[in-house]
Amino acid sequence: MTIGQALRNPSFAAGLAITLAVAATALLSFAWTPYDASAMDIAAKLQAPSAVHWLGTDHFGRDILSMIMVGSRNSIAVALVAVGIGAGLGIPLGLAAAARGGWLDETLMRLNDLVFAFPALLSAIMITAIFGPGVFNAIVAIGIFNIPVFARVARGAALSLLRREFILAARAAGKSRSRIAVEHVLPNIANLLIVQATIQFSLGILAEAGLSYLGLGSQPPMPSWGRMLFEAQTMIGFAPHMALFPGLAIVVTVLGLNLLGDGLRDVLDPRLQEQR
Amino acid sequence: MLSYLLKRLAIGLVTLFVASLVVFAVLEVVPGDPARLMLGMGASEDAIAALRDQMGLNQPLALRYLSWAGHMLIGDFGRSYTYGVPVRELIAERIAVSLPLAVMALLLSMAVAIPVGLFSAARRGRASDMAVMGVTQLGVAIPNFWFALLLVYVFAVTLRLVPAGGFPGWSAGPGPAFQALILPALALALPQAAILARVTRSALIETLSEDYIRTARAKGLTRSAVLYRHALRNAMIPVLTILGLQFAFLLAGTIIIENVFYLPGLGRLVFQAITQRDLIVVEGLVMLLVATIILVNLVVDLLYAAVDPRLRSPR
Repeated sequence: MTIGQALRNPSFAAGLAITLAVAATALLSFAWTPYDASAMDIAAKLQAPSAVHWLGTDHFGRDILSMIMVGSRNSIAVALVAVGIGAGLGIPLGLAAAARGGWLDETLMRLNDLVFAFPALLSAIMITAIFGPGVFNAIVAIGIFNIPVFARVARGAALSLLRREFILAARAAGKSRSRIAVEHVLPNIANLLIVQATIQFSLGILAEAGLSYLGLGSQPPMPSWGRMLFEAQTMIGFAPHMALFPGLAIVVTVLGLNLLGDGLRDVLDPRLQEQR
Repeated sequence: MLSYLLKRLAIGLVTLFVASLVVFAVLEVVPGDPARLMLGMGASEDAIAALRDQMGLNQPLALRYLSWAGHMLIGDFGRSYTYGVPVRELIAERIAVSLPLAVMALLLSMAVAIPVGLFSAARRGRASDMAVMGVTQLGVAIPNFWFALLLVYVFAVTLRLVPAGGFPGWSAGPGPAFQALILPALALALPQAAILARVTRSALIETLSEDYIRTARAKGLTRSAVLYRHALRNAMIPVLTILGLQFAFLLAGTIIIENVFYLPGLGRLVFQAITQRDLIVVEGLVMLLVATIILVNLVVDLLYAAVDPRLRSPR
């Protein structure tokens, strides 16, 4: 399938456009923002959106558009590294469980059950609160809960593949189990894993926003969408724009990733498209 | 079926046991001495040592675990370091806020999601289906605490219909308490409803392509009779699975939402206890939440059998 054909899927096209726009905004923030995101200007505090400050200013007179732009880096970085942790550890574990079976499989799946019994947000709050708030601990807290997700998807997909003839052929040709897992199974389940990564990415953005909102994510003066919402809360009566725009930034980013994930699933698996 | 359920029960109990080890171990490595915390900055070393002894903190690790876990089994969660009252009392007081909140949210979510899913599935592929699915896609992307802020702005600040936060307690009658819980419940329910509606729709569409649906249509049943009597019931299994998972999300979601609305519930209690290092409260609450989630999953397994008779016969 060519990229042109893929772009005819509306979900994929819209998701890709939004995601690229968000990524471009984050990259742009390194080179240019309308104002310095941490520069306070008390005289200009709590201004509604205007030609001077497109999205208005906060209670310290900081430019909200600039803060949202810089904050996007933080959200993307946390979610991206958390997905990296989940995929990097979860996929090998899932493949090993599927290939070896037996006690390894059983142990891993029961560990999976264990992690799923803890509400992810509660555990993330515990981890960040106990080991101290901050970006690094937020990444670890979110990343840990991505591991069983990727392990489960990789295992499930690999199990159905391992019974296929071409795998048996590879076994007969004398390839080791781990070589088969890497050379034959992984490329064939990559589609599913990419779709899952997109979903976990968007969940990571939401989780980071939640942790930052509770004061457990990135710390001031680094702007973050979640903390902007927390600061907006007490001022909602007279400065609702402070709450509106950071939230919209989260919604747009997550929506873009979800559309991209949905679109990718359809594009990469034409059989699913017909079922819908 | 029975052996399947027994196996699920055993797995649930083992999970609970391992979870208790994890919770105990994690909180064991946390820096800070509970005795020092309780007595404050100016306490003498003698007093701290005496209290440590009294609290059993000098006993070996294994003994402390057994005593903690054993007491919990009989409903004794210990005494809060900061509040000085039994944790059980704290939980009982707070659960009167969180449980109604979670149940309201779950009911709201189902009341919205199942009709929407039915509507969309019946009109699959048409413009109205696309529009509804677009809205649910948006619903999934909305963080519940942001939605909560918007609700506060519209219904509490602008329209002044309900309070923006706080909880009057149940003693004043159900009216004010209900008013205080309606916005938090809506904030929790809507993102969940979006997910549930999507699952309901796709489960229904899958069921509608089954042979027995064609048979039901062929024998002369109307479209809606097939949809409600045959398809909906058979589509309930994935819907139940998601509902079980969502209950866990709801419980965790209360942590943030109760903070948005200043509700004195379990979520706010656990968050405060974590930040105040009131570890015995944290331990008790986390175990309670984990046990609830395991129990809900077991109930979901039981409901599968109630919904789908094929699962009742031995396999």
